[in-house]
Amino acid sequence: MSLLEIKNLHVEVEDKKILNGLNLTIEKGQVAAIMGPNGSGKSTLSYVLAGKDAYNITEGDILLDGESILELAPDERAAKGVFLAFQYPVEVPGVATMTFLRTALNAQRKLRGEGEYSTPDFIKLVRETSAKLGVSQEHLRRAVNVGFSGGEKKRNEILQMAILQPRLAILDETDSGLDIDALKTVSEGVNRLRSPERSMIVITHYQRLLNYIVPDVVHVMSKGRVVKSGGKELALELEAKGYAQYTDEAA
Amino acid sequence: MNAEVRAIKTSAEQALTSAYEAARASLPGKGAVAALREEAFKRFDAKGLPHRRVEEWKYTDLRALMRDALPLAVPPDAAAKAKAKDAGKIFAALNCRRLLFVDGAFVPEASDLTPEPGLTIGSMADALAKNDALVAAHVGKVFETGDSAVALNTSLMSDGAVIHVAAGTVLERPIHLVFASSETPSAAFIRSLIVVEKDAQAIIAESHESNVSQINCALEMVIGDGAQVDYYKATQTRGLHVASLLLTVGAKAAFNTFALNSDASLVRNQSFVRFAGEGSNGGLRGVNLLRGKEHVDTTMLIEHAAGHCASREQFKSVLDGQSHNVFQGKIVVKPHAQKTDTKMMTRALLLSDEAEADNKPELEIFADDVVCGHGATAGALDPNLKFYLMSRGIDDKQAEALLIQAFIGETVEEISHEGFREAIMRAALEWLETRG
Ligand SMILES: Nc1ncnc2c1ncn2[C@@H]1O[C@H](COP(=O)(O)OP(=O)(O)OP(=O)(O)O)[C@@H](O)[C@H]1O
Ligand SMILES: [Mg+2]
Repeated sequence: MSLLEIKNLHVEVEDKKILNGLNLTIEKGQVAAIMGPNGSGKSTLSYVLAGKDAYNITEGDILLDGESILELAPDERAAKGVFLAFQYPVEVPGVATMTFLRTALNAQRKLRGEGEYSTPDFIKLVRETSAKLGVSQEHLRRAVNVGFSGGEKKRNEILQMAILQPRLAILDETDSGLDIDALKTVSEGVNRLRSPERSMIVITHYQRLLNYIVPDVVHVMSKGRVVKSGGKELALELEAKGYAQYTDEAA
Repeated sequence: MNAEVRAIKTSAEQALTSAYEAARASLPGKGAVAALREEAFKRFDAKGLPHRRVEEWKYTDLRALMRDALPLAVPPDAAAKAKAKDAGKIFAALNCRRLLFVDGAFVPEASDLTPEPGLTIGSMADALAKNDALVAAHVGKVFETGDSAVALNTSLMSDGAVIHVAAGTVLERPIHLVFASSETPSAAFIRSLIVVEKDAQAIIAESHESNVSQINCALEMVIGDGAQVDYYKATQTRGLHVASLLLTVGAKAAFNTFALNSDASLVRNQSFVRFAGEGSNGGLRGVNLLRGKEHVDTTMLIEHAAGHCASREQFKSVLDGQSHNVFQGKIVVKPHAQKTDTKMMTRALLLSDEAEADNKPELEIFADDVVCGHGATAGALDPNLKFYLMSRGIDDKQAEALLIQAFIGETVEEISHEGFREAIMRAALEWLETRG
């Protein structure tokens, strides 16, 4: 069974149609890249998958392990293994990063019927994971994302992913805002998490990221649907020719 | 006040008048004290209970809210005293000197009266009866106001604490005034006086827990030159609680007050503060946690009568259900109070569409070289922040709790005393845990 099946998904925001009969299947262990022009609905798709309630789903379904998740709240989806690395991670003043990470991890484990992490085990986990991703202890002491630079916020997203160990990770333009070295560190972090049990949707505008995180498939989105799918060479072709032919096709 | 309007007394006002007339002869204090009561009662009688046409009481119409006046409290019996043993648990972990009051009456046998150099503790009832010199010098004089809730308190004041901290004394422990109530609904008129002399240092905490009783308490506090005072007040009530703080601050002194209201049905916390000497710093802060039909009114008048003083006011409220929070802050800077520096900030977090937050900051500035700022906000939790937390697996209630905690944390973090900071945060967290 596929891990994720999105069937004929239609989504509106404030009466504006954004997703327009989108179909997409993600297999277990697959890394799928999604590319597409600005405003084609990539972030909307990622929010809808994570369960943000500002969106009105007028038609279609989203199946995780063959079961609809449309009725599930974001926390329940997270417990089932859905994780979104935000394109624009928010600052949460007054909520300490460690408290946040720990509350999230234990809440997910609880929903799955697993035991809570002990304090020493948790601290060890965070320390090791953050070291690998180049997130400093000083950043961990701050409130979530507060005063972080754009790139630091993106790293913090991947740190959360590495700690929460999702089964379906959606990375929404994680590469934007990262410097060249950070792009490498973060990609290595992502690659370490690649496994037959974990699928990823990597949303990006740039072929460069896909040199580091090599996708199994590439999907092109335009005007709220997937208009073309292919192998990793599709990304190279897009880089050379742009989206014109696909956006015309969709029109 | 219009005589025709006053011709119609509410039943509560009539009951208060009868209570005063019946109790007048037996209330503590003769001579000057009796004259003070009489004069205060005349003022109350002329004005009646505060109501919405009195600007300072606009949002808390006591005349309408107080259907009836409960009978005056009687001295607590053994059962009431025994029940009060565990009261004031909010500050229990802080190793305070505990002074117990039940239905407003001092309970010396359940109070810690261990002698300490420089510290004098007594009951207001005794001090009034003896016409004690400290009481004669200060009661009714610390901050004169026409407020009729204060006038009513002066008329009927029965007991409370009288605390004197001698010049240069640094108190070993915080003093915790524990106000508990018996099962019998009653009206208590509590009056306390705290005088902290030159260069002395004291931490005073006050906790109130009461059932459906009506409490009117007033605290007069005098902070001498160079003295430092921290004052905490935590209030829980299922009845009515009207508290007045009347405070005069000397020169080069420092004080901080913090008020926590949670599970408080109907509270009016009013402060009258005068900076009377140059170079002092004061902070007035608080957190109100409201739900159901609770109503909490924080009103303050801060008078900068001397220059080179700084005051900070920061109040946060969290409102659920159909609750109502009121903040009115008036800062007056007198003509000679140059270099005054004030900053007043109030924020309300609305968890329900039916809750209401009223903010009324006011500045009256008569000096030209001052920095005075104020700001007020009211709004709901940010859905984007909540979604971010929930997308990591944190459930709805816990996500809200984290955000609410962060909201009030900003103000609670201003408490420099670690023990009190933690005690107040813990109480706030308990409130959050019992949110439905
Ligand atoms: N809350 C909203 N209200 C109104 N319009 C919205 C809302 N959210 C998204 N849109 C619109 O939907 C379209 C798709 O937006 P989305 O953010 O999903 O695009 P994207 O593919 O992620 O673009 P980018 O590559 O620039 O990140 C855009 O036209 C956007 O303006
Ligand atoms: Mg986007």
